[in-house]
Amino acid sequence: MALLDLANPHRFLALARAFIPTLALIAAVLLALGLVLGFRAPPDYQQGETVRIMFIHVPAAWIALGAYSLMAISTLGTLVWRHPLADVAAKAAAPIGAAFCLLCLVTGALWGRPMWGAYWVWDARLTSVLVLFLIYLGILALWRAIEDPGQAGRAVAILTLVGFLNVPIIKFSVDWWNTLHQPASVFRAGGPTIHPALLTPLVITAAGFGALFLALHLAAMRNEILRRRVRSLRLIAAADVEAR
Amino acid sequence: MIAALRAVLARDVTLAFRVGGGGGIGVVFFLAVVTIVPFAVGPDLPLIARIGPAVLWIGALLASLLGLDRIFAADHEDGSLDLLLITPIPLEAIAAAKGVAHWITTGLPLVVAAPLLGLLLGLEPQALAAATATLLVGTPALTFLGLIGAALGVAMPRGGLLVAVLILPLTIPILIFGVAATTAAVTDPLPFGTPFKLIAALSLASFVLGPIAAAAALRQLRD
Amino acid sequence: MDFGAHAGFILAAYGAAAIILGLLVLWVLLDHRAQRRALAALEARGIGRRSGPRADGT
Repeated sequence: MALLDLANPHRFLALARAFIPTLALIAAVLLALGLVLGFRAPPDYQQGETVRIMFIHVPAAWIALGAYSLMAISTLGTLVWRHPLADVAAKAAAPIGAAFCLLCLVTGALWGRPMWGAYWVWDARLTSVLVLFLIYLGILALWRAIEDPGQAGRAVAILTLVGFLNVPIIKFSVDWWNTLHQPASVFRAGGPTIHPALLTPLVITAAGFGALFLALHLAAMRNEILRRRVRSLRLIAAADVEAR
Repeated sequence: MIAALRAVLARDVTLAFRVGGGGGIGVVFFLAVVTIVPFAVGPDLPLIARIGPAVLWIGALLASLLGLDRIFAADHEDGSLDLLLITPIPLEAIAAAKGVAHWITTGLPLVVAAPLLGLLLGLEPQALAAATATLLVGTPALTFLGLIGAALGVAMPRGGLLVAVLILPLTIPILIFGVAATTAAVTDPLPFGTPFKLIAALSLASFVLGPIAAAAALRQLRD
Repeated sequence: MDFGAHAGFILAAYGAAAIILGLLVLWVLLDHRAQRRALAALEARGIGRRSGPRADGT
């Protein structure tokens, strides 16, 4: 199916109807499996039992970053090709990405309290995710600030793209700032030396989160298409009343 | 084209310093921020001197975000933005000229005021010079990143706060390198040059990115 | 299962995941229902996108 076919909302709605239940089922199975494996995994020699928090924390961070990348790609669809579904995709991804970002921050704080002795440490990774969360909130605020969906889509597209170009610079500067103030690294997260018994639940949970994200994203896109249809019908209704 | 851009620049600078233009309020705001910090942390001069560069940078950052939303909004309200949009001159160049004008009326006064306010904060001469130099190189980056927010906020009735929220996260690298260069000049054995060059690079990059993105935002809002 | 001294934090993290993701799913489902209802209400008033009866008779 070509990308252009998806421009037809009816075609997209049919596709969404087919895929959402399947993806939701896959997500449920994978997350249940990940949960069981995560609780059965042996404790880490360094982090002990708290390594189980990582099974949520790390995939949530991946999804938060992935959702932002998806928004940036959709942005190109809006600005370059004016694809009608592109800004719907970008708008639907924003709250979901922000939620996964928040989940990453909350689990990070809950992991930090027993490991670092404080809920929040100005660690480079955590701080970068916090800045990403701020950018997400800004994008959500801009979506809400402009009433016309097309105009809002194009404004948000520019902001998303500028933010996307800035994210690596922010990451670099935060890392630089962190090494300046905190010479000794607090912990070496993961790395390639992670034990397979710990890697399996991590990967399965990540796949489950991925499927959940896709299901939620498709559902939110469908909601957005319906919302726009409601909006245009209401405008027609208002015009009819005026004509009378 | 150069003449036209010079006219845009001269017009914006003149308007900013006229009655109702709001030029110079940024410096007063900067002074107010610097004044309230000792009330918050106590009159402990060594502590104030230690956080002085950070206070100067945060004050300058907030002051330069303050008047941002007026860059394009005023032109939008009186209709001159429509004229600028239909001129044969590239909108990017016009946006850059307006950014330069905004920097002259908002950023430059902050840089000039910084040494005086640094004295209030008990900074050493070396730190004063470093803070002023980093602000001189760093405030254009704030202005040109802010230009994007100003263009996005044009059509919004209450764009001011939103523009600040959108732009603040993007200014974090400038703040980090600005404060780091200043403290490096005084206390740390770290070199002053590295972060200083990084701010200069960020300023140059935002001088390119800012007007392009701002022009794109203005065009998109017109369709 | 015994999670040692930090059981509270581990359970809180899983609880937070359940709450945040649950709210997200709930929001999507409720939003879907709200939009469907709004569409149904508009259609009941005879306002179709292209086929609805126009007041001016065109």
